[in-house]
Amino acid sequence: MPSRTVSHGASGRLRGLFLVMVLVFLEGSVFTVAVASSDQHSPITAHSGSHKATDHGSHNNTGKAFPVLDLNYENVRVPFEISLWVLLASLMKLGFHLVPHLSNIVPESCLLIVVGLLVGGIIRGTGETVPPVLDSKLFFYILLPPIILDAGYFLPIRPFMENLGTILIFAVVGTLWNAFFVGGLLYGVCQIGTESSSILSRIGLLQCLLFGSIISAVDPVAVLAVFEEIHINELLHILVFGESLLNDAVTVVLYHLFEEFSGIGSVTLLKGFLGVISFFVVALGGVLVGVLYGILAAFTSRFTSHTRVIEPLFVFLYSYMAYLSAEIFHLSGIMALIACGAVMRPYVEANISHKSHTTIKYFLKMWSSVSETLIFIFLGVATVAGPHDWNWTFVTVTVILCLVARVIGVVGLTFIINKFRIVKLTTKDQFIIAYGGLRGAIAFSLGFLLNKEHFPEREIFLTAIITVIFFTVFVQGMTIKPLVELLAVKKKQEAKRSINEEIHTQFLDHLLTGIEDICGHYGHHHWKDKLNRFNKKYVKKCLIAGERSKEPQLIAFYHKMEMKQAIQLVESGGGIKMPSAVPSTVSMQNIQPRPSTKPAPERAIPQLSKNKEEEIRKILRTNLQRTRQRLRSYNRHTLVADPYEDGLSDLFLKKQKMFQIEKKLKEMNTYLTVPAPPPDSPTMCRARLASGKHTDFKPDQVQKGNKMCSDPQAYSIKPASNKVPMIQVDLASPQSPDSVNLLDEFGQANQQEEEEQGLMMKPPSRPREAKKPSEEDEAKDQQRLMRCLSDPGPSADEDEDGAFLP
Amino acid sequence: MGASQTRPEHNYDDLTDKSGFSQEQIKNLYQRFQQLSGNHEKISRDDLDRIPALNNNPIRKQIITAFFDKRNQHQNDVGSLDEIGFEQFLMVMSHFRPVNSTATEEEKVTVRKQKLRFLFNMHDTDNDGIITLDEYRTVVEELLSQSGAIETEVARSIADAAMLEVASTNVPHMAPDDFYEGITFEHFEQILKGIEMESRMSIRFLDMNTATMRCGKLSS
Repeated sequence: MPSRTVSHGASGRLRGLFLVMVLVFLEGSVFTVAVASSDQHSPITAHSGSHKATDHGSHNNTGKAFPVLDLNYENVRVPFEISLWVLLASLMKLGFHLVPHLSNIVPESCLLIVVGLLVGGIIRGTGETVPPVLDSKLFFYILLPPIILDAGYFLPIRPFMENLGTILIFAVVGTLWNAFFVGGLLYGVCQIGTESSSILSRIGLLQCLLFGSIISAVDPVAVLAVFEEIHINELLHILVFGESLLNDAVTVVLYHLFEEFSGIGSVTLLKGFLGVISFFVVALGGVLVGVLYGILAAFTSRFTSHTRVIEPLFVFLYSYMAYLSAEIFHLSGIMALIACGAVMRPYVEANISHKSHTTIKYFLKMWSSVSETLIFIFLGVATVAGPHDWNWTFVTVTVILCLVARVIGVVGLTFIINKFRIVKLTTKDQFIIAYGGLRGAIAFSLGFLLNKEHFPEREIFLTAIITVIFFTVFVQGMTIKPLVELLAVKKKQEAKRSINEEIHTQFLDHLLTGIEDICGHYGHHHWKDKLNRFNKKYVKKCLIAGERSKEPQLIAFYHKMEMKQAIQLVESGGGIKMPSAVPSTVSMQNIQPRPSTKPAPERAIPQLSKNKEEEIRKILRTNLQRTRQRLRSYNRHTLVADPYEDGLSDLFLKKQKMFQIEKKLKEMNTYLTVPAPPPDSPTMCRARLASGKHTDFKPDQVQKGNKMCSDPQAYSIKPASNKVPMIQVDLASPQSPDSVNLLDEFGQANQQEEEEQGLMMKPPSRPREAKKPSEEDEAKDQQRLMRCLSDPGPSADEDEDGAFLP
Repeated sequence: MGASQTRPEHNYDDLTDKSGFSQEQIKNLYQRFQQLSGNHEKISRDDLDRIPALNNNPIRKQIITAFFDKRNQHQNDVGSLDEIGFEQFLMVMSHFRPVNSTATEEEKVTVRKQKLRFLFNMHDTDNDGIITLDEYRTVVEELLSQSGAIETEVARSIADAAMLEVASTNVPHMAPDDFYEGITFEHFEQILKGIEMESRMSIRFLDMNTATMRCGKLSS
């Protein structure tokens, strides 16, 4: 075995990529790779017998004394090899991004295919049989679902629905056109072919049509891989990507139809008619199955508030069940998965905790990206492995026909579609849509599934399919980026949605609905509005637990935004400066209407010495430390022992408190040193608003020591009570002679929240009682204050983990 | 103008030029206008208020007000009307016309400006060229008014957050004592540049004659 691996090293094919080398060495021992799949168990065991005999036989001697070190590779073989493949895929992905500029020029999918080719070549070079890695079962049941679910779950619903008509026309009519155009013309070419006619003339019309239907479908995996990198505008992305998702139904029906026909050999009109009906059944049935499972998932997630840990699992399981259930009836599994993901998402997201949401997001991304990587690598390996039958005429004609059909299809359909679209598709758009029609592994797997008995030409087909895939992925995939630049196609706007845009999107929706109603014309805004209303009135109540079911979209958006900022803040280490895109010094105070007679800002320089400040810091720090240690506990079942988890309020609170503390310290700094513009962060002010408690701060806090209102950013929501918007901190006043008092003071401010939602974890919506701190409470307050002050600490220090602590 | 309502057929050419609608679209809209006004020459707030489909619209008040706002008549008048004739109705509607596919970039910019101006005017109720915080708050409150028990505080904080965002994107550096009065039209354009207003703020006006359909609806 060592000699074998050395020889690979010496062959030096991969001298460039060290990572590959390492992996090849690893692979060396496991060359007879066969990824687990039920029907492959027998070859594995067969192999293992010979393997054992040759390689490990010496180690397995029996009759020895107790084996101190035993080697039994065969037991772990399958999982080991799977892990190796996944590891190879992940390392490749990693490696590409380490090589500078490479990923800018060549799309990852191309690189992965090349890696696959190399690995396949090496396997072949060692004389082993190349494993059928891109086995159809493995592909359709393991590799494809994560990618599709990822696409469905994060499907941008709004652009998708707005362009649904266009997408459907491209997906259904376009694919049908492609299939019949390619299939028909190919048959013609096969018949009139001259010298190689002996082989080609045997290919019947049905076979050609079947081949056409396999090759004509745009592949979501390939499209995603390329389009993610070119950052094209949302419209084009959703058009091409949506088409690639929805054409699955057409492909499935055509595939089964023609397979059936070629098996029987006779076509009747009735069967053709049934085929049309079957298309609707397959497509709508798939969607129906998906929607059902989506609703089930949403409904289940209503009750998971006590077992948060398994929340993400429901999303994955229900989606996978939807996919499999659809496959049982030969319905379109892809459409089921898309429908399931898209339906469940809004409800599930409202129900599950934020952390579960993050988990879902990461898992989906992780799975889909590993799957994608594996698919491309396997595509390369399978290319080396597969029995090929290279027929120049057939292959060239196929590639040319695919391109021509796509261009004619897109241009022709856009001509019709543009008559109905408000936003017309320009010539550039059409070009990108046509050019973005990449083919991929789905086509290959379908070709792989073909029955050799009915299709003696399977090898020719497979070779042609692979050629088309390679052509589209390599040529089109590599040139599309420069072309997009060259044509100056509008790119995606990277900026995230602002609250103003959200407000106006909603405003516009209502406005347009209103105008349509006034026109008396029930257009699509009208129906969308109806649907929204229905959703709000009935569906949300059933599927979303608690208060959030009544939450309007705008408020949900607002909360989400707050959340994001809070997390950003926590991750940034709790600094007062937000890592915001726009360094801004505008604060709430600037936009607040206030009387013209504002108090002259006199900057009383507090007599707070450096060591006092240090002292405050130390108190804070030690408390942070202590809390963290005290609260560190692990529970496997309840990941989080805090109801903080449930609400958004916790982050707001933390943010708020942190802000106050930081502000005090900063303020001191500011006043001690140069009178710089006061530190602020718009989000913090908003955070204060978000908790909805701000109004209560007013009267007693003002008396209490001007703390809350003295804060220059303190933002009084009531225009009536803006009498003291600008009172400066007077840290030197007798009220705050030392740090403890200082802490005490804003502790008091915080305490109200503490009582309600802080460590006590009561529902935040309870009406607040007037707070009267008495003398004997002082000590307790102090203690609680310490805790509350320490609260933001852990989250600030340990980014993600912080959130796990109460 | 009175003549235009009594014999609108003869003025279609004129209206086509002014509003950019096609003859069929104007005919359709005129039928709807008559239906709404009860075959009167003018339409009043109450007429629009009675449209059943509008009942659920949270911003119904603003929409109706926009129809009677002189600023939306492509003229330089200000103030509001009590009732409007068909021409005015059409002019308001013309704000929602989709852009021609043949439009040049400059035309698109103009259309976008017009549409944005319409929105801006809806928010800027006192016509001082500035959407103040109070006006913005009203907008958000109205927007959320249909969703039941929403505390005013939440609506306000959203408006405040939005306002803050406008202020910080447009005037990044403000001294603590400065005062941001409100959103000017330029700032308004700035914050909404992410939305493709020229295409988004359009509805499809029917080309074909749907009179029979309407009559059916009326009688039912």
